[in-house]
Amino acid sequence: MPTVKFVLDGQPVSVDVPADTPLLYVLRNELGLANPHFGCGLAQCGACTVHLNGAALRSCVAPVSACEGQRITTLQGLGTPEHPHPLQQAWVDEQVPQCGYCINGWIMTAAALLASTPRATDAQLREGLAGLKCRCGTHQSILRAIKRAQARMLA
Amino acid sequence: MSALSRRVFLQASGALVVVVAAGQASIAAAPGAAVADLPAVPDPTQLDAWLAILPDGSVQAFFGKIDMGHGLEVAIAQIVAEELDVALASVSLVMGDSARTCNQGGASGSYGVSHGGRPLRNAAAEARRVLLAAAAVQLQVPVTELTVRDGVVSVTAQPARQLSYAQLIGGRSFNTRVEWNKAVGNLMDVKGQATPKSRDQYRLVGQSLQRRDLQGKVFGTLPFITDVKVEGMWHARMIRPPHAGGHVQSIDTASIAAWPQAQVVHQQDMLAVVAPGEWMAVQAARALQVQWSADGTRWPGHDGLHAALRAAPVLRREEPLRRGDVDAAFAGAARIIEAQYEWPLQSHASMGPGCAIADVRDGRATIWTGSQKPHSVRDGAAKLLGLAPEAVRSIWVMAPGSYGRNDAGDVALDAAWLSQRLGKPVRVQYMRHDATAWDPKGPACVHRGRAALDASGKVLALDFTTRGLSRVDAQFHEADPRDTLAGQALGMPSNADLGLGIPGESYDFAAKRLAWEVVAPLQARYSPLRTSHLRDPLGPEVHFGSEQFIDELAVATGHDPVAFRLQHVTAVRDKAVIEAVAKAAGWQPRSTPRGRKGRDGLLRGWGIAYAQRNDTVVAVIAEVTVDPATGRVRVPHVSVAHDCGLVVNPQGLRQTIEGNVLHGLSRVLFEQVQFDSETVHSVDWASYPILEMADAPQHIEVVMIDPTAAAPSGAGEPTIRSVPAAVANAFFDATGKRLRRAPFTPERVKNTLAQQSSKRNTR
Ligand code: FES
Ligand code: FES
Repeated sequence: MPTVKFVLDGQPVSVDVPADTPLLYVLRNELGLANPHFGCGLAQCGACTVHLNGAALRSCVAPVSACEGQRITTLQGLGTPEHPHPLQQAWVDEQVPQCGYCINGWIMTAAALLASTPRATDAQLREGLAGLKCRCGTHQSILRAIKRAQARMLA
Repeated sequence: MSALSRRVFLQASGALVVVVAAGQASIAAAPGAAVADLPAVPDPTQLDAWLAILPDGSVQAFFGKIDMGHGLEVAIAQIVAEELDVALASVSLVMGDSARTCNQGGASGSYGVSHGGRPLRNAAAEARRVLLAAAAVQLQVPVTELTVRDGVVSVTAQPARQLSYAQLIGGRSFNTRVEWNKAVGNLMDVKGQATPKSRDQYRLVGQSLQRRDLQGKVFGTLPFITDVKVEGMWHARMIRPPHAGGHVQSIDTASIAAWPQAQVVHQQDMLAVVAPGEWMAVQAARALQVQWSADGTRWPGHDGLHAALRAAPVLRREEPLRRGDVDAAFAGAARIIEAQYEWPLQSHASMGPGCAIADVRDGRATIWTGSQKPHSVRDGAAKLLGLAPEAVRSIWVMAPGSYGRNDAGDVALDAAWLSQRLGKPVRVQYMRHDATAWDPKGPACVHRGRAALDASGKVLALDFTTRGLSRVDAQFHEADPRDTLAGQALGMPSNADLGLGIPGESYDFAAKRLAWEVVAPLQARYSPLRTSHLRDPLGPEVHFGSEQFIDELAVATGHDPVAFRLQHVTAVRDKAVIEAVAKAAGWQPRSTPRGRKGRDGLLRGWGIAYAQRNDTVVAVIAEVTVDPATGRVRVPHVSVAHDCGLVVNPQGLRQTIEGNVLHGLSRVLFEQVQFDSETVHSVDWASYPILEMADAPQHIEVVMIDPTAAAPSGAGEPTIRSVPAAVANAFFDATGKRLRRAPFTPERVKNTLAQQSSKRNTR
């Protein structure tokens, strides 16, 4: 089995798994992360979203071999309770999640979006978040939180 | 001897048992049982089954329901902290563990606070009473001279004389009996001798408090059911028949030779692939070649479904509401108005497919489940495995939102069965297609509304009938394996029951008949189209018809829809929410559609609907836009007036209401299970689209009406039932056309707009 090496949340890691194993399964099983989540395995929901070199990636359909030498960031690496990403802070302030199973998709996608388009309008945000699902219907809170974080990041 | 002197007497005698007032309850102040040694199935008649004070004085409350993320955890902790007079932070909850919590029915019917909180409130009040009595003895003052603050009892006049709850009982049991009402599930309640606080004494209840599951969710550290790992566990994927009435005929195990460790587990139609690694199990399950036989079952397809419902024989008809002589009113009517409405099958389509881990060995079973009814998992698994319920422990772990009977109960029994077969722990996680195609569905139905009018246009009688698939074709819990895929795949007959629902309203028409009729399921058992409870069972479905019909009556008789409702509802709280929502939305009276095309090319309209649910009542006004070019319906603004009695946590309530609105919009605008005569085509998010961010409203206005003296009556579901009809009525206001069939897909909208005029009796 090939060895794949990459940087996960700032730490170098190396795993021996079949090259076609989706990154999501490697993160959850071999590397023991309690997130991201499996929602569809089809790149249709976002529950598995991580960053690959800062860009949002649906890890359920990305073979681990594509991560060789790359920088992978998960929700845990984005921020911590001591040093939260502004979006994470806003998610707490707005009490966004219901079940919270969808959270990786929204925060990781919004983080990449705000990094590339800091002044994204409401319409741009909605467009940039297309494809993400939240079955609990927390969309209003999500938008409030993103706008709150955006204001903080621009200040 | 007075109560006080008796206590003192007992203390003086050296027996460290404190007998309280009536003499029946006691705290074993002498070394009592350690909290951890309590019996495996809690006894509701023991205060210890509800509460424990730990050695450090913190409080553990045992809650036989669960919190899927509505903030119920903090609401219950608020109630317990309130009654016990401790800090909120010192109360933690154990939720939905069958060995540690009483069977309060799991998450059910928005009863979390109203019913679920009741025994906890009473138990906490009783615990406080017992603790105060013990303190009175030790401090040698009457109870009336004591004050409690943050878990410390002090003599009011001499605050330095104090005892903490930790000192009084920390780590030991109460050993106090409470009176149990013998109910199991939502109605389970206990009472002690104490009277809980009255509303004016509250300092915590009624405040918006921060939920305590958020940090773990937001920073990715809170384990979900999918994250439970048991030493030595294997992974499994289930394999279901690809077409109607399919049965396993033969299995080509050579087809998975590429994964030598993977195994097939098979009995009758129960079929799974297991492997030591998860990805291995997924791949092998995909590769496995199976020959299926067909037993001739044919479905009507989603387009033929409603005609089939109309044609099918009625297995059961009920008229839960009957008033006056409806038939005579129709016989003598000057005018009859009639319309029919159609609602599709819908999927729970939870964000994450069902997942469970089971460890069944040596005649005992432990099951980690995301089911919203973990005690039902215990009972169902015990029957499936041939074990006594006491030998099965079911532990709830946070899971993707479930909204009724989703796939979580099925997967738990699958895991239990596989673990028993293999003799090792097994984790089953469904794939997306299992979750969307095979979850129990919300029932499809057709509604027929009829009204008899006299010559002046007065409504003499209302006759409303819902006919559809049963809401309990699969029971709303998995306490019997016959209601699960595992049981049915193993040849057990279904345990189907027949039930639907009627509108919740208070219209005053002199004669009124609200009825339901159930027809046979589309396939008798082991069916992807079995039907059960989906969020607010029958609420959105029924009111989509009934509240549109009320609008049709208003228009037909030349009345404004808000004024018409106000004129005819009789319940005071119903009137209040309708008035409040009209005010909040700035409602402009109209008796004909007001919709006009704006400069943006969109048609714009407003619609109202209202409904009762248990003791909660909600009115909703939706503003919709309809794009005649694309057929897209959007809902930029929604106003909600909500009365669920006492509001325990306003911010949590607002978000629960918003979630209801979004879920309701998704169901009326997007959702329908697509299937043909033998195959379910809705298998993922592409084939079962739901509402996304682009279609989320710009604004949802919430007015909370908090009538004094009304107990909390539930908010998890009532709002959703009025949302579809409010949208449908707004669609009419915008276009002058009725769309009586959900969902409002672009194609259907364009077809409706292309029709010459609004014809009643047709779709
Ligand atoms: S799990 Fe990857 S997008 Fe759904
Ligand atoms: S919070 Fe449950 S799916 Fe988004």
